[in-house]
Amino acid sequence: MATVKLRDIRKSYGNVDVIKGVDIEIADGEFVVFVGPSGCGKSTLLRMIAGLEDVTSGTLEIDGVRVNDLEPSKRGIAMVFQSYAIFPHMTVRENVAFGLTINKASKAEKEEAVAKAARILQMEHLLDRRPSELSGGQRQRVAIGRAIVRDPKVFLFDEPLSNLDAALRMDMRMEIGKLHQDLGASMIYVTHDQVEAMTLADKIVVLKDGMVMQAGAPMDLYHEPANIFVAGFLGAPSMNFLDVTVHAVNDETVTISNASLDQIDVPHKGRTFTAGQTATLGLRPQYLHPAMGGAGKLHGTVILSERLGSETVIDLALADGSKIIAALAEDSILTPGAATNFDFDPNQAHIFPETR
Amino acid sequence: MAAISSDNHGLRLVTRYVVLTLIALIFVFPLVFMVVSSFKPDLQLLRDASSIRAFLPVGDISTDNYSAAFERAPIGLFVFNSVLVTGVTVLLSLLICSLAAFSFAFLEWKGRNTLLSIIIATLIIPFETIAIPLLLLVSKLPWIGLEGLSVGWLNSYRVQIIPWIADGLTIFLFVQFFKDLPRDLIEASRVEGASWWQIYRRVVMPLSGPVIATAAILKFLVMYNQYLWPLIVVQEETYRPVMVGLQYFFQLNTAWGEVMAYLTIITVPVLAFYLALQRAFIASIASTGVKG
Ligand SMILES: Nc1ncnc2c1ncn2[C@@H]1O[C@H](COP(=O)(O)OP(=O)(O)OP(=O)(O)O)[C@@H](O)[C@H]1O
Ligand SMILES: [Mg+2]
Repeated sequence: MATVKLRDIRKSYGNVDVIKGVDIEIADGEFVVFVGPSGCGKSTLLRMIAGLEDVTSGTLEIDGVRVNDLEPSKRGIAMVFQSYAIFPHMTVRENVAFGLTINKASKAEKEEAVAKAARILQMEHLLDRRPSELSGGQRQRVAIGRAIVRDPKVFLFDEPLSNLDAALRMDMRMEIGKLHQDLGASMIYVTHDQVEAMTLADKIVVLKDGMVMQAGAPMDLYHEPANIFVAGFLGAPSMNFLDVTVHAVNDETVTISNASLDQIDVPHKGRTFTAGQTATLGLRPQYLHPAMGGAGKLHGTVILSERLGSETVIDLALADGSKIIAALAEDSILTPGAATNFDFDPNQAHIFPETR
Repeated sequence: MAAISSDNHGLRLVTRYVVLTLIALIFVFPLVFMVVSSFKPDLQLLRDASSIRAFLPVGDISTDNYSAAFERAPIGLFVFNSVLVTGVTVLLSLLICSLAAFSFAFLEWKGRNTLLSIIIATLIIPFETIAIPLLLLVSKLPWIGLEGLSVGWLNSYRVQIIPWIADGLTIFLFVQFFKDLPRDLIEASRVEGASWWQIYRRVVMPLSGPVIATAAILKFLVMYNQYLWPLIVVQEETYRPVMVGLQYFFQLNTAWGEVMAYLTIITVPVLAFYLALQRAFIASIASTGVKG
């Protein structure tokens, strides 16, 4: 178990900057998830922590020791790859014991470690098979088993579930969560699946273009996104954004409106606004509901009403031509074409000074 | 409907087998001619050559040619020499060239791409152009053997082996294959604490069966067919390989039956080697697209 500290970490390939100054602290035993869109540098960051990529500049510490120039194997990490990266020419047992074989561990030691990992991952019956005789989920289990056997201070996962089908992905996600509980080791997990991020993480780090957009507990990021990017990235369906005009800046709130939105006061949470500027209002689909008795701040027309079972998703056209989504309770019925007014609690709305 | 289409299918299958059989026969006829002729006296051999009888074991069949051939030349010694030189060279070549390729494919060092280009460029230099300079070189090279220090490598096994170990084609084949191996496997091994040597021995080479087979067969054929080089560097019968041994049979008047007997005998190691590696070789052609 260990802490991991990244200080102003940068990475360039030639003159292309891929990671542009990242600071992250990972506490002992913490489960940290890196999320972000494709190409934002998640894998690169993880591979730098693993020692598979050189750090261009900055300091990388594991357990208080600078490891920038340390061989991957000397860093006390274990990595699980998206492609599993298990050795096709070895049995499951040999795969799991590979690190110990390399380090010339005794036979008894190996057997004990393999048995323990197999027990944790419930794959005792697979030990004598070859990888080609395993399913995707079983292969991923082997890869995780190989990581467990190393008894690492930090586990690194690079999109470990993305090659699995949806049902299996959920099972394995829970297993990884349980593994973290059982082992209590620090884990860093890369994904672009926000459900994995929300469910597994103690801390989510949202990355974009090689920079940290926001880091914090999943619900904090969900409720208090620091910027439009994070607000739009977390949550499904994703947050609605409206261009609004700021009329007045008050102590705790700003007064805003636009063509389809009546004038309201929204908490500004310390962000700076000036009267007259254009700002972006963020509304989660779940917090929108049809207004009772014709009142309601938001005026639109229902385009489409999709009943998904657990909820009903309404596509709404606003006066300025933009489209937003409302997620309503399962039995809601709205007729397409009807002019409808929607309401929401201004305290659950987010106002950002930047525009999209 | 179904009947027509299955008939069609059957017809196509038959056509395919007929064509394949014809092609196979074209390749096999020279071998059949060689083996069959080795059992015929010279007169009959020459007479049969103009008819289909050339491929049939008919007429006066005996093993006389074989006894005569063994009397004329130390065939056992020649075959032993060739198998030894070929075997050792193939093994060393697989080791050295795969290590070099490993470095080109996986390690990062300055100038490796340039050096690899130069090595691949050597493929276009015909051996005949470097034979004489190489001869001058090896005739001056020192060697420490059981009898102490000596100068000059002529008349030895080593002169037939060492210059042939490293070659551009073998290195190139290995580099191409290594570059196609999944990178994650190499990285996973590194994370697990494997040294480069351990990665080579425990991960990369066990996965390289197809390219090892391809490289081995190509090298085997080159080495077993060596003629010019041993002709100029080996004067003593003790170290003479099979191809040079052929000249024993081309004196005053050529004994064709004996030649055929000799060729049949020296073909046996090639066939044995090829059959042993055939399956891996075919797999490698399928997987690497490299044709031997
Ligand atoms: N060897 C390299 N040379 C040049 N650029 C690279 C190299 N490796 C990665 N990059 C670039 O760095 C950026 C980040 O890549 P990275 O693989 O870390 O993205 P990612 O966030 O993991 O994306 P994904 O979700 O698709 O896996 C990309 O724009 C990529 O093109
Ligand atoms: Mg990635």
